[in-house]
Amino acid sequence: MRPFYYILTFITGALLVYGASDMPKWGDPNSPASTHVSPRYIERVLEETEVPNMVTAILADYRGYDTLGETTVIFTAGIACILILRKRKKENNE
Amino acid sequence: MIELLLGKINYYIYIFLMMIGFYAMMGKKNLVKKLIGMNIFQWSIILFFVSLGAKKGGKIPIVEGVADHSAHIVSHAIEYVNPLPHVLMLTAIVVGVGTTGVALALLLMIYKKYKTLEEDEILRRMILPPSMWE
Amino acid sequence: MIIKHESIIIKTIVRVLTPFIQIFALYVIMHGHSSPGGGFQGGVILGASYILLGLSFGMNEVKKRFSERLLMLFTSLGVFIYAGIGFLCLILGANFLDYGILPIAEPRGMGMLGVEIGVGITVMAVMLSIFHNLSAE
Repeated sequence: MRPFYYILTFITGALLVYGASDMPKWGDPNSPASTHVSPRYIERVLEETEVPNMVTAILADYRGYDTLGETTVIFTAGIACILILRKRKKENNE
Repeated sequence: MIELLLGKINYYIYIFLMMIGFYAMMGKKNLVKKLIGMNIFQWSIILFFVSLGAKKGGKIPIVEGVADHSAHIVSHAIEYVNPLPHVLMLTAIVVGVGTTGVALALLLMIYKKYKTLEEDEILRRMILPPSMWE
Repeated sequence: MIIKHESIIIKTIVRVLTPFIQIFALYVIMHGHSSPGGGFQGGVILGASYILLGLSFGMNEVKKRFSERLLMLFTSLGVFIYAGIGFLCLILGANFLDYGILPIAEPRGMGMLGVEIGVGITVMAVMLSIFHNLSAE
């Protein structure tokens, strides 16, 4: 069974390397990731909010609703961990 | 040819890391090793996303010179590294921690019931009654 | 089973270092505005200081300071602060989580600070609660 897993991993890696030939170069300032929304954030972050740190301003102000959902996810993970590992009370055999 | 290889080297490194995690999830029999494989896979994706936002000669995304209020500061988008992947990956890191915590709790309960952590032993012990375990 | 460590070097150094780690964690949360940091990072450092205390002095010391009920209260308190600021903005007339309408100086900056404090409290309590559950009872 082991050689089958190696071949499968190799084929997936080769397909991914072939798919990476379409991606932009590393460090390109004109890549599509850096030209649609983020210039608007970078240029206007100091005049709309008075906060110099762009990452915190985007996280807590422009996209604050996503951070609320993410805090709920953390809360749910903590609750799930408590619920899985609770000790059960011994049931009486009446 | 070498130019082509060195221009996209970050993708190749992260694909290599991703395939290590992928093989560990499939090919190992111990449950803890599978969990570590999942963790490696997840971290390679996070690093890949952060590397998408890099810019040649860019500064870190904190506006400088705000302490003296007299200067009016104009920031151009081309001198700062893209902050948006950093923001999204903060969320992803914290979600990964939560997932690992819940997975470890499940592994603890499996060990308490079946007294082993190997996958084929667990599959064998799920069918047989407890008197016939080894 | 996490038991008390017998070495006196570890106990002394942890006893000296823990206040500095906690003050550094609060510094990272408060200075999320103008240096790298924020709610998540500071919360994890604050949780890690209590885990360090638990690893070197035994879990009984941590249980004396943070019982399970108090940890569950703290997780809900963080989410409550976050949603509470959002609802406060809704009551005062603007949209949900629209900080521009709060009646204090620099409303958007102070609203962000309050929200980050809520996130930091939740992350600290969840880290400590997961560690507390996974160590053998």
